[in-house]
Amino acid sequence: MNYEELIKQTALADDRIVVMTAENRALIRNLPAVLGPRFIDTGITEQTLIGAAAGLALRGRVPVVHALATFLTLRAFEFIRTDVGIGKLPVKLSGFVPGFLSDGNGPTHQAIEDVSLMRGIPGMTVFAPADEADMVAMLPAIWASPEPAYLRVNTRSGTYKHAPFEIGKAEIVADGTDITILTYGMLFEQTLVARELLQAQGKSVGLINLRSLKPIDEAALLDVVRRGSLIVTVEDHFVTGGLYSILAEVLLRNQLTARVLPLALEERWYRPGRLSAVLEYEGFTGHHIARRISEFLGESAAAIAEGPAVLENEFAE
Amino acid sequence: MTDTKRQELSDRALKVREHIVRLSTDGGCFTGASLSCADLLVYLYSDFLNVRPDNLTDPTRDYLFLSKGHDVPALYGTFVELGFIDKARLDQHLSTDDHIYWHPNRNVPGVEFHSGSLGHLPSVALGVAMDCKMRGQDNKVIVITGDGELNEGTVWESLLVASAHKINNLTLVVDRNHFQANVATEDLIPLEPMAPKFEAFGCEVRRIDGHDFTQLEEAFSALPFSDTKPSVIICDTVRGRGLPSIEARADRWFCNFSAEEVEELLRELHSQVATTLTSETLTVR
Repeated sequence: MNYEELIKQTALADDRIVVMTAENRALIRNLPAVLGPRFIDTGITEQTLIGAAAGLALRGRVPVVHALATFLTLRAFEFIRTDVGIGKLPVKLSGFVPGFLSDGNGPTHQAIEDVSLMRGIPGMTVFAPADEADMVAMLPAIWASPEPAYLRVNTRSGTYKHAPFEIGKAEIVADGTDITILTYGMLFEQTLVARELLQAQGKSVGLINLRSLKPIDEAALLDVVRRGSLIVTVEDHFVTGGLYSILAEVLLRNQLTARVLPLALEERWYRPGRLSAVLEYEGFTGHHIARRISEFLGESAAAIAEGPAVLENEFAE
Repeated sequence: MTDTKRQELSDRALKVREHIVRLSTDGGCFTGASLSCADLLVYLYSDFLNVRPDNLTDPTRDYLFLSKGHDVPALYGTFVELGFIDKARLDQHLSTDDHIYWHPNRNVPGVEFHSGSLGHLPSVALGVAMDCKMRGQDNKVIVITGDGELNEGTVWESLLVASAHKINNLTLVVDRNHFQANVATEDLIPLEPMAPKFEAFGCEVRRIDGHDFTQLEEAFSALPFSDTKPSVIICDTVRGRGLPSIEARADRWFCNFSAEEVEELLRELHSQVATTLTSETLTVR
């Protein structure tokens, strides 16, 4: 099952679903013929796309809208906030190539403030699957909910067998007593590698795939905090407004503190290139993540082995 | 249009203008822009739209979207006169006990969607019109914009898309009162020639006097103007229409009059006696 097959089956079973795009058809190429008038391409018009989606939702439809994550969340931000947000309408946003997945496009295309922006809208829910299987496991609940939703689309294939999904619940991959890595989205595969490398150094390393960033699994985060390990947040997002900020909010709300290492993008856009080169340069391969954690702990990273090669992104927009 | 009908609409529009004037104190409202579209709204809700207090959730009703949301006093005045809302709600203007504030919202029966940020509802109306068409329904979908609002690119973007998708059940109406917030439109971002701009975006256009009920009826009765194109009706209007003391003045955008001035303005509305205005008129946005 992939994204297109899932949305096709969902739309064929539920005529409320309308598939919309601002001429971003990478994931939904074969749907026009299947859905007929329930496939609407507005052209390169993210704002009109969202306004029209709000109008369709007013008439009882559930529009699933597609655009590059950066143009969707930035160009159309006020339409999402004002029409979908104030209207509390069940518009489902699928942001394509978020975070590092826009690899070679350059800063114009880097959606690395999208989580921050979307979670700031009252009523908006925010999700980031670890890979395509995770995404396919998550989407039925997301599309069935009456809430507006933003999804960081991730079609990368993964090897990890994911647990069933529940909105607001994180996936606890492993518990650890020395280090716990919190992550979401495409960096999950790198944190799996990092965990293996650190375990090989004798560390007990926990790993959590957040999946649902809003609502956040506060209980899972508090469990980790109470365990007392070093917490490492790993995200392809600005350090402001993403998972590190979410964790800080949870800590303060509960009058707790913790030792936290944020691995995120600080006050700058990332260096564009092939995905593997971007992760190398920015320090987000499994190997780099493991080394950065070791160094933070004041230990030698020399013994940490190389991880497997990063698979390139199959979509180059 | 019969003389009786025209008189009935004129009488109702006068009452709507009274509501607008009464809302222009104790915090004030966008008086001028409300007065310019009072006749248009009275005509549409009285005589054209299949929208009544008893069919507001009927999916076959017609839709009116007020994209220039700051003229909401004209909308609420019309709603009071046609029984959508109780007049007492207007006494709650700017009270946090109700939702009667400077822009429309769906806590007020008859309001299809909130507005206030300009350039939004053409696209929302487009989505509604697309759905009506998809379901084979012939609802009319009207969206009213200001003329200053035409500065917003999303108005044109929506028409480009509507035109491409042959959404001929969508009608965009421009309240062409010749002013934007603080200055005459032609002194800031000239909009004329206006009709050819809409034609170039694939719309079928008519231009009428937006205060003339006969012309309003002739134009709206002819909708849709095309089997394939969105329709546009440019209504030439006068900002502040009905009150010569504030008509067509750049500084009568947002008005907050004293109680005495409101009484004088009400007399002016009925007898055309000029009012002496000394209040400091706020200009915002």
